[in-house]
Amino acid sequence: MRPGQIAVVGAAETSRLGVLPELSTLELHAEASLAAIADAGLTPADIDGITSARPIPTAVADRLGIKARWLDGTAVGGGSFMLHVRHAAAAIAAGHASAVLISHGESGRSRVGMDMLYDEAANSARGQFEMPYGALPAYAAFTPPVLRFLHDRGMSRTDLAEVVVAQRRWAAPNPRAARRDETTVDEVLGGKEVAYPFTRDMCCVVTDGGGAVVLTSAERAADLRTADRPVYLLGAGEANGTSMVSQMDDLGSFAGFRTSAQEAFHTAGIQHSDVDHLMGYDAFAHLPLYMLEDLGFVGRGESGAFIAEGHTSPGGRLPMNTNGGGLNYTHTGMYGMFAILEAVRQLRREACQQVPGVTISFVQGIGGFFRSAGSLVLSNRQP
Amino acid sequence: MTDLGVPEPVPESLPYWEGARMGELRMQRCNRCERYFFYPRLTCAFCHSGDVEWRRLSGRAKLLSYVINRRPVVPAGAHAAQVIAVVQVAEGPRMLTNIVGTGATPEELVLDSELIVEFEDRGDYHLPVFRLAESAA
Repeated sequence: MRPGQIAVVGAAETSRLGVLPELSTLELHAEASLAAIADAGLTPADIDGITSARPIPTAVADRLGIKARWLDGTAVGGGSFMLHVRHAAAAIAAGHASAVLISHGESGRSRVGMDMLYDEAANSARGQFEMPYGALPAYAAFTPPVLRFLHDRGMSRTDLAEVVVAQRRWAAPNPRAARRDETTVDEVLGGKEVAYPFTRDMCCVVTDGGGAVVLTSAERAADLRTADRPVYLLGAGEANGTSMVSQMDDLGSFAGFRTSAQEAFHTAGIQHSDVDHLMGYDAFAHLPLYMLEDLGFVGRGESGAFIAEGHTSPGGRLPMNTNGGGLNYTHTGMYGMFAILEAVRQLRREACQQVPGVTISFVQGIGGFFRSAGSLVLSNRQP
Repeated sequence: MTDLGVPEPVPESLPYWEGARMGELRMQRCNRCERYFFYPRLTCAFCHSGDVEWRRLSGRAKLLSYVINRRPVVPAGAHAAQVIAVVQVAEGPRMLTNIVGTGATPEELVLDSELIVEFEDRGDYHLPVFRLAESAA
């Protein structure tokens, strides 16, 4: 696959995000997918490839009447969709499919029509060696390494709070964001403690919603409805991590971020200085700190100051999580699709908080609790 | 279907849970590369040798990181703040555990503190947990 050979031609979210108990997980998939397919000017009959993480893609294809000749059910957590994009691009380049739907829907808040997760089983590694200690909900399972990260860098909870403050600035004017009140470090630190050092606003919102994208070749994209707003895939990477946070190689750094991001930079043929916009999967406030350092945008221990100094805020030199992120915008449980969709909106010049002159967006996903990573480099210009 | 958070052993982890029931913290050690590893498996995590054996550990460990969970959901009926910690046992591997016998405050839970294992009787199973060595009886 060459940089710019594959394009995102359809993109959509469900019309509403938030608390939607009247819509099952499968209907959230369907609404978002039908909208994304229509956005591309296509119909479900034109789709010949499909991916979904939860439920499996056969269920989504059946609901939509799609007859696929290529399927991918990679389910490695909330960042699975970054991997789906990479896999779909390879499949299209190889001729295994022409138009691929990447679908997400999740009743993460209302829990309507949700399936079981294998890695929550009582006989899995997590089920035996993490969950008995209370590390079952994400706020108690994703967070234990963080004090080590902060301690070893001379950083503190204030650095976690700064992430929230910076991203709330992006969310404030966005009518689709769940949390919109501008806030301060003191307010964030003074919030209800969920799992020290994390207070409420350092943890993502929990919502219902869906999102989907449609990919095809750049050649075919030129003939579709969105030909005037092309978004090209320049490069991508992916990596596995660990099945349990206690087994990370280094509690203060995620090897998966480093591996997937390096591959994405390399395959896209770009440098850090080429990136105009960054989306980083933020289920909790520590993830942007790990990411900025592991992706190489800042040096070790510099992530907190970089955010506090406003470099990721509106007007900053590296606008990050411009929808407000999972912390503020929405988080269905598998947020990765929404990070991709905000990058697509920015590159189409359709974002609520539009970054002027953006041409390259870097999207970093994470799945599970440091279980997997996926990176995408997207652009509105073909190299 | 078991209760939420109740571990279900598999053949390769049975010696771990049997040890816990007897008040022993056990992990596996590879006889070829002479390293301990965790979680349980039939071949070495490092060199993949099948020549591995279960050993009783010293029970000593170091506190690497933690959260103080104010919203516990496991075990069923838990409501007190719960310290969920990553510790490194003296023999090398790291594991997740609970720190017990403290007030669950950041002031008492100093990173790199020395810990000692004990076992919590959960009825159906015994669970290795740790307390600060200086507070151990």
